[in-house]
Amino acid sequence: MELLGLYHYWVFAVLLMIGFYAVVAKVNLVKKLIGLSLFQSAVFLLYITMGKVTGGTAPIFQDGNVDALFSNPLPQVLILTAIVVGISTTALGLGIVVRIKEEYGSIEEHEIQERDRR
Amino acid sequence: MTLVFSFFLLTLLVITAVAVVRTRNLFVAVMLLGIFSLLIAANFLLLDAADVALTEAAVGAGISTVLFLGALALTSERERTATPHRWLSLAVVVSATLVVLYATFDKPSFGDPEAPVHQHVAPWYLEKTPEAIDVPNVVTAVLASFRGYDTLGEVFVVFTAGIGVLFLLSAQHGHAAQRRPDAKDESDIGLRDDLIPRVVGRLLVPFIVLFGLYVQFHGDYGPGGGFQAGALIAAAFILFALVEGEERTLEALPFNTLLALMVSGALLYGLVGLAGVFLGGNFLDYSVLAEDPVAGQHLGILLIEAGVGLTVTGVLLVIFHAFAARDRF
Repeated sequence: MELLGLYHYWVFAVLLMIGFYAVVAKVNLVKKLIGLSLFQSAVFLLYITMGKVTGGTAPIFQDGNVDALFSNPLPQVLILTAIVVGISTTALGLGIVVRIKEEYGSIEEHEIQERDRR
Repeated sequence: MTLVFSFFLLTLLVITAVAVVRTRNLFVAVMLLGIFSLLIAANFLLLDAADVALTEAAVGAGISTVLFLGALALTSERERTATPHRWLSLAVVVSATLVVLYATFDKPSFGDPEAPVHQHVAPWYLEKTPEAIDVPNVVTAVLASFRGYDTLGEVFVVFTAGIGVLFLLSAQHGHAAQRRPDAKDESDIGLRDDLIPRVVGRLLVPFIVLFGLYVQFHGDYGPGGGFQAGALIAAAFILFALVEGEERTLEALPFNTLLALMVSGALLYGLVGLAGVFLGGNFLDYSVLAEDPVAGQHLGILLIEAGVGLTVTGVLLVIFHAFAARDRF
């Protein structure tokens, strides 16, 4: 169980940094946004992992499990709304990328900067 | 068994993420991102977060994939340039990874009920929900009632993002709903020539909408609520648009109706809050909405979840149509 917990955190760290790599290293704007979604998903995973209680169950009362051990509902609430907010902001980012493509004819970062310098 | 499954899913997650970043074909990257979302949703389910898993599956694997594909159709499908300064970026990222990995050893152990995160307000929510709110799903109770302010803010963030996309993508080209392609060949639109997707799509759409409504109104008792239902219903209409073409979807659910949905949802949420004030309580205090405080809570949660559902459905479909309409220029 200890190892599984550490493994969850390691996967979180690796996913976070894979997303971060795409954001800093890639020059394609859509790829940067994809990296941002990966980064975001890694944070979601961290929150949900921390909310888990060993032997717990989903925090929903049902007949007979009123005294059961429940996992923490609070991180779940935060992440549930964050997912929907996340897709909306990603859509906004994609909208900006589409407009950049129309104005500059490219979504590669260095080509955009080149056109700006001229 | 769960242990093995967890290890397996987490490892698959990392492999998929690496593949997403490595491929230079953006179409492949987006498809893999959909798979990534589905895998992480399964993971959330294993970690007891049924509501989150439902949302992630509908939003991540469904809607986000379609939006990315819409953006790709308007930009380009390939990354044209190789990554510059790759080794420098890798060095920075690897050293940052090592720091984060080092930090994980100080974290409370996994599943420990004594961990700080389980000590403060969370037990109070679990304890108070049955008497104060009396809905079985504690996630819904916290989302809609205890932390109603947070959710109000988030609904407005979603709303604002929808307006932002409209501003960006309907600029110069007039209103999305007013444009129709000039009576071109019917078979060009959607997947009308492909029998199997068409039949399956048509069969599925009503059931997805029905399931969305169930998730909306059963959210107090099981996993569900406005956010999930909004995403599911939007996904159903997007599927319909993919199969039958965008025009027919706009006939079924006109663009102005979508705008009305998006505005009325946010308004409904705000008005329920104000109703509490006028009936003598605090903003977003539902206890005063009915004679019996618990009945008032039920009514309040039902109304604001409906508001959330309307706004999320409206915004996601407006964003989809904004991208799809841009396609024709």
